[in-house]
Amino acid sequence: MSQFQPFLITEAPLDPAPLVAFVQTPSDGAVVTFAGVARNHFGGRATAYLSYEAYAEMAGPVLQQIAEEARARWPIGKVAVHHRVGRLEIGETAVLVVVAAPHRQEAFQAAAYIMDRIKEIAPIWKREHWADGEAEWRE
Amino acid sequence: MITVRVRFFAGHRDIVGRAEIDIMQEEGATVGSLWEQLTAEHPRLAGYTGRLLYAVNQEFATPATELRDGDEVAFIPPVSGGRGAAGGQEP
Repeated sequence: MSQFQPFLITEAPLDPAPLVAFVQTPSDGAVVTFAGVARNHFGGRATAYLSYEAYAEMAGPVLQQIAEEARARWPIGKVAVHHRVGRLEIGETAVLVVVAAPHRQEAFQAAAYIMDRIKEIAPIWKREHWADGEAEWRE
Repeated sequence: MITVRVRFFAGHRDIVGRAEIDIMQEEGATVGSLWEQLTAEHPRLAGYTGRLLYAVNQEFATPATELRDGDEVAFIPPVSGGRGAAGGQEP
């Protein structure tokens, strides 16, 4: 059994339970879990499935850097972020952002900030595989 | 001369046709000068100029970052259908 990694890029299906267990401490009154889920449409066009690719050696450390940015802005506790790569069927979870904090406002704000920053700088790419058989990188 | 390894991802890899290449550069070459050379060799890459991020040895870099022998350089196309790379490393 390998040790829990709070910032992880993985091909395995994502489960929020270990992330929640990792971040929660007795001084936290709030734990926010955000799940980004593969959706069956984009811009009115039907999606068959998604695939994600990462610069894995860099993406894990960037997720940790983003969490540290959030901690510099809000009084939050522990953070865990897992991002999946490979093929994802509709309804599967692509990313989990879990933030603990003494109070809920900071936990909500930090989780939203972390997700926005992932979409700005984390070297992880999404490929949309359309139902009509075409595919394209979302850039 | 120095040799650096260049990593390509997503749309960049589709254009270049390789996930990585080793390329020789003059002493004093920078991330920016290497990108200019690559866009000359692969004109479709030029559409990404100004909306990509740069990394050297897995850390964010800038076009001015000078390359050293053995560096791993990554040109990071816009990520995850997000808001784009215009914000750079800081919000």
